[in-house]
Amino acid sequence: MREKILEVRDLAITFNTSAGKVRAVRGVDLDLHKGETVAIVGESGSGKSVTTKAIMGILSNNGAIDSGEIHYTFEHEGETVTENLLDFSKKQMRKTINGKHIAMIFQDPMTSLDPTMSIGNQIIEGMRTHYKTKKNEAQKKAVELLELVGITDPESRMKNYPHQLSGGMRQRIVIAIALACDPDVLICDEPTTALDVTIQAKILELIQDIQKKTGISVIYITHDLGVVAKVAEYVNVMYAGKIVEKGTVEDIFYDPKHPYTWGLLLAMPDLETNTDKLVSIPGNPPNMAHDIVGDPFYPRNTYALHIDKKVEPPLIEVSETHSAATWLLSEQGPEYSLPVELEDRITRMKEEAKLYAAG
Amino acid sequence: MKKYILKRVGMSVVTLLVIVLVLFVLMQLLPGSPFNDERLSIEQQQVLMSKYGLNDSAPVQFFRYVRNMLTGDFGKSYTISKDTDVALLLQNRLPTSLLLGGLSILLGSVAGLFLGVAAALKHNSLLDSAATFFSVIGVSIPSYVFALGLSYFFGFQLSWLPMLYNADDGLRAFALPAVALSMTVMATVARFTRTEMIEVLNSDYMQLVESKGVSGVHLIFKHALRNASISIITILGPLVVSLMTGSLVVEKIFSIPGIGQLMVQAIQSNDYNVILALAFVYSALYIFVMLAVDILYGVLDPRIRLAKEDAHG
Amino acid sequence: MDKPLNRPIQQTLNDFSFIGQDNVRVMDEVYEEDSFWKQLVKRIAKNKGSVFGFVTITLIIFMALVGPMISGYEFDEQIAGHESMAPRIPVMENFGIFDGSETLKTSTGELVVNKYETIEGGEDAYHWFGTDVLGRDLFTRTWVGTRISLYIALVAVIVDVFIGMSYGMISGYYGGKVDNAMQRSVEVLNGIPNLVVVTLLIIVLKPGLMSITLAIAITGWIGMSRVSRASMLKLKESEYVLAARTMGAKDMTIMYKEILPNIFSQLLIMSMFSIPNAIFTEAFLAFVGIGIPVPMASLGSLISENFKSLTTHFYMIVPPVLVLALLMLSFNLLADGLRDALDPTMKEV
Ligand SMILES: Nc1ncnc2c1ncn2[C@@H]1O[C@H](COP(=O)(O)OP(=O)(O)OP(=O)(O)O)[C@@H](O)[C@H]1O
Ligand SMILES: [Mg+2]
Repeated sequence: MREKILEVRDLAITFNTSAGKVRAVRGVDLDLHKGETVAIVGESGSGKSVTTKAIMGILSNNGAIDSGEIHYTFEHEGETVTENLLDFSKKQMRKTINGKHIAMIFQDPMTSLDPTMSIGNQIIEGMRTHYKTKKNEAQKKAVELLELVGITDPESRMKNYPHQLSGGMRQRIVIAIALACDPDVLICDEPTTALDVTIQAKILELIQDIQKKTGISVIYITHDLGVVAKVAEYVNVMYAGKIVEKGTVEDIFYDPKHPYTWGLLLAMPDLETNTDKLVSIPGNPPNMAHDIVGDPFYPRNTYALHIDKKVEPPLIEVSETHSAATWLLSEQGPEYSLPVELEDRITRMKEEAKLYAAG
Repeated sequence: MKKYILKRVGMSVVTLLVIVLVLFVLMQLLPGSPFNDERLSIEQQQVLMSKYGLNDSAPVQFFRYVRNMLTGDFGKSYTISKDTDVALLLQNRLPTSLLLGGLSILLGSVAGLFLGVAAALKHNSLLDSAATFFSVIGVSIPSYVFALGLSYFFGFQLSWLPMLYNADDGLRAFALPAVALSMTVMATVARFTRTEMIEVLNSDYMQLVESKGVSGVHLIFKHALRNASISIITILGPLVVSLMTGSLVVEKIFSIPGIGQLMVQAIQSNDYNVILALAFVYSALYIFVMLAVDILYGVLDPRIRLAKEDAHG
Repeated sequence: MDKPLNRPIQQTLNDFSFIGQDNVRVMDEVYEEDSFWKQLVKRIAKNKGSVFGFVTITLIIFMALVGPMISGYEFDEQIAGHESMAPRIPVMENFGIFDGSETLKTSTGELVVNKYETIEGGEDAYHWFGTDVLGRDLFTRTWVGTRISLYIALVAVIVDVFIGMSYGMISGYYGGKVDNAMQRSVEVLNGIPNLVVVTLLIIVLKPGLMSITLAIAITGWIGMSRVSRASMLKLKESEYVLAARTMGAKDMTIMYKEILPNIFSQLLIMSMFSIPNAIFTEAFLAFVGIGIPVPMASLGSLISENFKSLTTHFYMIVPPVLVLALLMLSFNLLADGLRDALDPTMKEV
């Protein structure tokens, strides 16, 4: 039986900027179950980070939550409780949720560690604030954590400062910091984007490894569908502040319904397609400071319908696990077929998967 | 770190030597000697010239000059207080000025830090706007305008505080001038702190710290202010300069017997030895502060503090 | 999830048909940018502070040009009998303010006097800002003095452009040993407090407008040189400069033709910030007693002269102090606004 741990409903977030109001997130639903990994995929600026920052309660001051609920189920003083995190004050969030129950790993390890504090102190800080752990005990645990994340010679690294470590090592430290208070949920916001390819793979393995060991639930943000296939069970495709398609990994990879998802799949490099045949999605995401009328994706969509100009499509259910926000799925929608390249791609992926399962 | 400090000290010494050289050259260039007094005969002037060693060759004079400057022997005052050692004049006045300057820095930085941090924490609020408004005014308007206003309203009209300095008043005598001088300090510190704090508070690492569950005083002092302070201390140098300039005028307005007032007197009565001595003292003071700032900067920033360990692997 | 067709949507028949291939191409051209100047003006106009600064500066410049002509007095004209007269302004005098009366503190108490009523021909005399102890019209003197401050502002900009920018650009462009030597020199010069440099200079030369100009020329350019050096270092390696070089352009041509337009914004901001500093330097020198020689007036010398009458005739010091403060505040506000408007990081949102 899957246990739901996090449930986001109709979350909408606006930023006040000098250029006016930016509607960064416009009604997002998200579900996370215990021990599972949910991926959020989308282009830069689609609102992935903002969504997760709202869950953590670390939105910047100019951001306001217009609507929505974030229900989180956790153990509190021996009882299982479900609370709406949006009802919590900043102080309550820090005291009861942040670090202790939900922890986060950020995009750029080069900037996410405090340059003026030693690694050791940064790791034990969480334990000291939440559990008032004694300093030497906390340090012992920190050394164990450093070992867990694969840092060699952890005792001496404790005294180091961030600038003395490489990017890959820093990201391991950030992971150690996140794990320090044994959280139930780990949010990884593009944890490998800023790293080079070989280190990317290692960090990815590390996160999977930790998940196996600790049974932690993970929200994994990326704009690389290739990574999604490796880490996630469920996928949410995000565009212009909304989830446009959600489903299991199989749903999204073998039976994608939204033209935006098709674009992302086609933009994903694989062994057989030669690189100059990779198609990136034409155009740019819409400016969220402007009002959006109709489907925000239609200007870039070769499958756009006339109705897309006027009315934004709702999420339409395809199966119990799978739904997509496109008028193509509506009963009145026209006949269409997938792009040929995509058909090829899907067939190939299915074969690969079979081989993989067999071997 | 050692290398860093050595380099800074070296640079300071060079700067100081350059200043002494400039002062020496200037001394030669200064128009007329103070003995161009028509009442003195040529012979009397000659006697005076040799008495003050003004007839020796330039290099000899220079070396003597360097030695004298470093040992605090600035020669004698020509006009302000005839035949008195300049060092003696300074001895009485330097502490007064240092006290005034110290008070202003202390008052200004504490208030400025407080204002800046508060404005940054409540970014885009009414408090922020008010703090920004006051700091623009404080930065733009010279301290002597404040001094004039304070002196007129609180000293003259309301007679709350002494309008002119009187040693018997103790610290009360410093109240108005210190407040006037500290306005610029406060405004500059507040402005800078606000900018730095906003940047730090929006940085990735602060988000990580917050997502650890750290909040409140610990968050602000251990992380935000610690990082912001690295840049904030760098404005101390420029502040000291503006304090020096400001003190000249403020000391004149409140007639405080400090080195600022002495400088003004010396300038107005062409007392070159005093001017040159004060130029040296001001420069030395400034260079010392800059050096202290650089070293403090190194201590606060582990990227500099641990630079040596890096080189070794 | 309910089916979308149940919703009351106004539909036309072809709503659910494809727009077609050209959909994508058409929409790509939507992004359209205003010109640099249009954007700049728009952004500055949004910032109340810089609008205030701009308007005030314009007004002050206007008054500095016109003020001395409309007052009916010469700035150095000492009118016998008109010494120390309080401000008197037509129209306003009917409301009991600026009617030429002032309150004097005497040993026996306070005394209200109006010199316009007691002196001969005083009935028809108007000194809008009053007169000083020598009987010179302060309105005229204030605006004549403002001219000096504006001249100083101009000097500051010229110094920034010609000395600061060139120094920084040359240092950054040539790099290596040249850069090293030039930067060390700046460091040494920067290690001497401006106060010392300026006073020594003026003492060696003799007080006057020329010396003040020179003092600003020597001290005013360091900030700008830093900024332009940094930009130069960044731009030097950029593609279009490399391209210009391979095309055989001369160093000087590259520096001024290719790089100058790119650091124009910084130049604008930096000169705005150095203006108040320069104006202050002049006022400071005047107050210390080595400013513009009499009978010329500058805001600084007016403050310094009238300071002596602070407790007896307070009104004398108000106009120059107010104009000086407003001028410095306005330039600072304008500079702040420009920086915010031109700051590239703000263009993202
Ligand atoms: N503090 C802020 N102020 C104003 N706008 C913001 C702020 N933070 C985010 N935004 C805007 O919200 C939108 C979504 O940003 P977000 O960081 O969530 O994107 P993302 O999907 O995480 O992109 P990336 O892949 O680049 O990390 C963007 O348009 C961004 O400009
Ligand atoms: Mg992001």
